[in-house]
Amino acid sequence: MSETEPNHTDHIVSPGIYLTIILCLLGLTGATVAAAYVNLAQFNIVVALAIATLKATLVVLFFMHAKYVPKRTQLVIVAGIFWLALLLLMTMSDYVSRIDYRGIRFPFS
Amino acid sequence: MHRTGELYGQFKTLDQQKDTATLGMWIFLVTEVMFFGGIMLAYTLNRHVYFHAFAMGSNTLSLGLGGFNTVVLLASSFTMAMAVWSAQTSKKGLISLFLALTILLGFVFFGVKYVEYSQKFHHHLVPGKSFDIFYCVNNPAKCDDITPEDMAKEREELENAKAADPNLNAHAQLYYSAYFGMTGLHALHMVIGAGLLFWLLKNSFAGIYSARWNTPVDIVGLYWHFVDIVWIYLFPLLYLIDRHK
Repeated sequence: MSETEPNHTDHIVSPGIYLTIILCLLGLTGATVAAAYVNLAQFNIVVALAIATLKATLVVLFFMHAKYVPKRTQLVIVAGIFWLALLLLMTMSDYVSRIDYRGIRFPFS
Repeated sequence: MHRTGELYGQFKTLDQQKDTATLGMWIFLVTEVMFFGGIMLAYTLNRHVYFHAFAMGSNTLSLGLGGFNTVVLLASSFTMAMAVWSAQTSKKGLISLFLALTILLGFVFFGVKYVEYSQKFHHHLVPGKSFDIFYCVNNPAKCDDITPEDMAKEREELENAKAADPNLNAHAQLYYSAYFGMTGLHALHMVIGAGLLFWLLKNSFAGIYSARWNTPVDIVGLYWHFVDIVWIYLFPLLYLIDRHK
């Protein structure tokens, strides 16, 4: 195999796609800062995390080539996110639904 | 063993060998997700319980510096992706160029972080004996980097926060512990990433990466992008809690 011959299944993402993604990421960073200055009460955090997750998804799919890797590697990624969701959701739902012996709801003070 | 991309006995093809390396790296990154996930959980819980102190602490951070660092880090992810592309297309000069740019942007990030951290030390916002969230409003002359308008706003916010949470100073330390813990661990990951990038750059100068074999560039790229993703979450969680006041 010659040195310049590309790896056959190695998907090459073009610089144009990388450029589009970085511009989207910078735009979304501006959007998240702008959204933080709007009073949405408890929904500020929801919007901030939604934008962050959109940015992270773009990075994972394109910069990290997750869109182009074998299915078993994608399964590992999805399993990791699922496990993180279990950690956060189960623990938080336990805390916020807990009532102590005096009948006082969390945070018990 | 000197690894230059020969096919090891347990693999059929170089493609299969690379897919295996990529899978292994992703499994490592999942353990990193769990590591940062536990810290994020501790953060979420404390933020839920001590919201006023967390909001107050967040508003004492410099959004300008944090936002600038976000842009720098995203740009470094782009240059890293371009280094991978250069390797995949055997553009050997460009690999070194993009790796060097990624390192440079990483060091810009460290520089800004140094400015931010030293500001927090001067403002008595490092958890411990001398922590005092009221230090700047009580000693305006010692915090001359804060404009009078910002100072007036901070005084008003502090009064409201103190009314809502009498133990504000103690709880603000929890916020700052989370801030230094999370950004510190993130920065540690970047230091490790920068070390790996220097190693790649050394090998790149020797011209060993090409379309045929570029697994290390790809793998370190995955790590660098992961560290970028951590920052993508840290930025809104730490800097943008309660900016709309």
